Amino acid sequence: MTSLAVESAGPGEPSEPTERASGEPRHRALGLTDDELAAIVERLGRAPNDLELAMFGVMWSEHCSYKSSRLLLRTLPSGGPGVVAGPGENAGAMDLGGGLAVCFKLESHNHPSAVEPFQGAATGVGGILRDIVAMGARPIAILDALKFGPPDDPQVRHLVRGVVRGVGSYGNCVGVPTVGGELVFEASYRHDPLVNVMAVGLLEQRNLMRAAATRVGDLAVLYGSPTGRDGIGGASVLASATMGGAGGAPGGGASVGSKRPSVQVGDPFAGKLLMEVSLELVAAGLLEGLGDLGAAGLTCAASEMADRGGRGLSIDLDAVPRRAEGMTPDEVMTSESQERMLAIVAPERLAEVQAVCARWGLPAAVVGRVTDDRLLRIVTGGLDEHGEPRPGATVLASLPAAALASEAIVHDRAWRAPVRRRLAPAPGAPQVVHDGLPERGMDPGLVLEALLGGPELGSRAWVSRQYDATVGGDTVCGPQHGAAVLRLKATGQGLVMATDACAAVGALDPYLGAALAVAECSRNVAVTGARPLGLTDGLNLGDPTRPEEAWALREAVRGVADAARGLGLPVVGGNVSLYNEADGRPIAPTTQIGVVGLLDDAARHVEPAFQAVGDIVALLGTVVPGLAGSAYAALAGAAPDDRPPTLDLAREAALQQLLVAAAEEGLLRSAQDVSGGGLAVAIAEAAIWSGLGVSLELPVGSAPAIELFGESPSRAVVSLDPAAWPRLAALARQHGLPLTRLGTVVDSGRILIRLVGEGATGAAEDRGAGVADALDEPLAALRSAWERALPRALGEET
Amino acid sequence: MKVGVIVFPGSNCDRDALHAARLAGAEAVALWHERPDLQGAELVILPGGFAHGDYLRAGALARFSPVMAAVREHAEQGGLVLGICNGFQVLTEARLLPGALLRNASLRFEHRWVRLAVTRHDTPFSAAIPAGTMLRLPVAHGEGCYVLPDPELDALEARGRVLFRYALPEGNPNGSLRDVAGVLSENGRVCGLMPHPERAVEPLLGSDDGLLLFRSLVAGAARMAA
Repeated sequence: MTSLAVESAGPGEPSEPTERASGEPRHRALGLTDDELAAIVERLGRAPNDLELAMFGVMWSEHCSYKSSRLLLRTLPSGGPGVVAGPGENAGAMDLGGGLAVCFKLESHNHPSAVEPFQGAATGVGGILRDIVAMGARPIAILDALKFGPPDDPQVRHLVRGVVRGVGSYGNCVGVPTVGGELVFEASYRHDPLVNVMAVGLLEQRNLMRAAATRVGDLAVLYGSPTGRDGIGGASVLASATMGGAGGAPGGGASVGSKRPSVQVGDPFAGKLLMEVSLELVAAGLLEGLGDLGAAGLTCAASEMADRGGRGLSIDLDAVPRRAEGMTPDEVMTSESQERMLAIVAPERLAEVQAVCARWGLPAAVVGRVTDDRLLRIVTGGLDEHGEPRPGATVLASLPAAALASEAIVHDRAWRAPVRRRLAPAPGAPQVVHDGLPERGMDPGLVLEALLGGPELGSRAWVSRQYDATVGGDTVCGPQHGAAVLRLKATGQGLVMATDACAAVGALDPYLGAALAVAECSRNVAVTGARPLGLTDGLNLGDPTRPEEAWALREAVRGVADAARGLGLPVVGGNVSLYNEADGRPIAPTTQIGVVGLLDDAARHVEPAFQAVGDIVALLGTVVPGLAGSAYAALAGAAPDDRPPTLDLAREAALQQLLVAAAEEGLLRSAQDVSGGGLAVAIAEAAIWSGLGVSLELPVGSAPAIELFGESPSRAVVSLDPAAWPRLAALARQHGLPLTRLGTVVDSGRILIRLVGEGATGAAEDRGAGVADALDEPLAALRSAWERALPRALGEET
Repeated sequence: MKVGVIVFPGSNCDRDALHAARLAGAEAVALWHERPDLQGAELVILPGGFAHGDYLRAGALARFSPVMAAVREHAEQGGLVLGICNGFQVLTEARLLPGALLRNASLRFEHRWVRLAVTRHDTPFSAAIPAGTMLRLPVAHGEGCYVLPDPELDALEARGRVLFRYALPEGNPNGSLRDVAGVLSENGRVCGLMPHPERAVEPLLGSDDGLLLFRSLVAGAARMAA
């Protein structure tokens, strides 16, 4: 006789939450509200028992359920030609032709990294790699997007060192190159660093796996590291609540230190074995379904795989391999121990699966069976061959899988625009042509040197040197540039990938910040000549129960949706990280975007660095006013009524199409996107990377600061053989894009930009006599400032 | 020439080494660490990675893998062995090469492109490298600082057993004594180096200098057979 250890409260009866010794109702300690508990009771028709409540606690967490964002995310364009797998799978996938697909996804590990930077970042890398592997794809690249507070803060320096070491330790060990990313310092991230990691994998489409249990009678096999007590509550207590200050300041969440046990611990060696085992099992056709164990551990993997397959799953709790004594059922079911996968295996293939695991030295155990009742049942005392409890066994939990997964609660959060927000002017509105900046006495050369020598725009070598960027033997263009280029050995194609955010603009206007991030990221891919294929997004915001943050979330999603539609890019996956705030101060709304593009021939990629003396340097696109949110404004101050530059998506799309077309015709020697630090920094970078100088004339229509340092989008600096000029000019006309010839690449060892035109004269007079109306700097000084910037900012200069 | 690339659990440059050996014209096979059988390989490559996780000390556990007995026997009989990065660490732990590789002087993992001076061109590993050629290769390691007591290092240099040195302009990435990047065994048939020649085998990847090392080995084997 089987007993059911569910304390039934009966349908419709008011629930009585279990009280803990502290007096706090148990559901609240698990991160559930009273309303959410009521919704659980309604779905079950009874009160959940303690184990069931713990399972709901993690599955209905913001992190796992996307309860505050799910309604909004449905508005994102996610389909279209070439989409092999879209949102809802472990990662998105786009067709590459020839039976191949590229899998990619961006994911956050913000809260764990705030608490324990090394482990938080390392397990962030491990987690996103497992998502790629769960699709049946081999990870081929990692990109890390990191945001920290001001680098002169010792605690921030501690976080930077720990996070960079953590990312490196995992990626370097598993042998997946870290080929790009970004590093941003901004005050709002002081207590809430953002660690967003993007992983890219290569999939043979015949190996495409789904995280689903579809066949009744199949076995659930858990393989990888044994289950321990680490990471319990990671999804709920840690990832779905605000962080307190260092000491648990009033108004904040629990103190950082008290959350340390909720951080998972990574073992990259086990992660490497897990990856090889999984790919071998997939390639041999031994698996029916595959899911990774990340947030909410076994509960999440089991309930989602059952729900996606429209089946049930019975789990034999006693069969779960463990590394700690005396674990309770809810500890086993919610542990976020790393480096574990759950496979669905046909019974006749079990021996082969076990043999592969044994050869690599990984424990594997049959922990359950697929049933036809759509229930996730947790049993102690054993299962029979139908997944039913053996005589004398006890059912510890019995829940509809959908109630935990696809039918989890959804909140349409109340929202309100903040009163003092500043918006970019609406398209077509009259634009004020002055920058209103304290320009008197500005020396553009000194500004350029200060920008290149600052933590925002200086060389990232201090970070990228800690990452193995060349393992795998396919890295054509690695870190430091706007996008990375990887060659595919099988086909000679090039995969191009980038990740960007525009948080400073997002702080002023979350819609524009998100749309600009999509535009910039896609542009970074297009400047290499690659066709952007699709994107993944990481939305990082504060507490969604506050109406201003709920508004920012809506605006960010709207920005991604509009820009993705405008550029014709499907959003094939993503991640939402909320509650990024400490003591009531949220981070700047940060929409991190990852884009992957395709080159038919990797050898034909366009480099960002100038290539040859005598080449023409030209600007594609035009400047629009607005310095707010720019690096220049951060350095020199922004006028109070200034705004960020506007984004014209049609023009952006035309620019990207032109860049791809020009590259296909072989017209471009180099191409570099204009973004942080504006045109002057884009030119300086292309010069520093090449060692070649430039001699240019820049027509100034409005103000020198806007022309040189403004960050208006939809622009690229290109260089080309003079013989290619007529054809490029014709292409630009055809795409309706302004093309301005600026000058030539020279071997002067200097960057010379003469400011010409009415705007320059006026500004020069305004600035007073004796101030140069040209930017003229030796490359060596700029390079030195650029190279020393980051070590100096972090106090690491030796 | 038949090349065997050993796969330890945690090796992560094994596929790159196979690719490089094949590009150089060799037949290349993977050798699982648990089988003490080299399958007739004339050159055995111990690839880069983190064999067995390197949690104790880089290379410290890999030397106990069953295949290492076969590698030792192969080396003792004058067979060719090449250890790259972690493979170099394993060879020093196994005492098939002298010295030890400590944490980088920066105490950080260092990935960057370096330049190597080649001290001799009469070895199986360098015969096809034109005199005066500097090799441009990437390094990627946390423990690559080569150390050996001074008198022993003097002796090693005197016998021409320091085959590769880090050179300017990039210089020494890890603090290795006397800029040592790669060394030879007493009989000159076992070589270990920290940089990754197998990642620099095509101009598209930034350099094909590493191919010269693999070509040296393949051409040498062809001469032997002739």
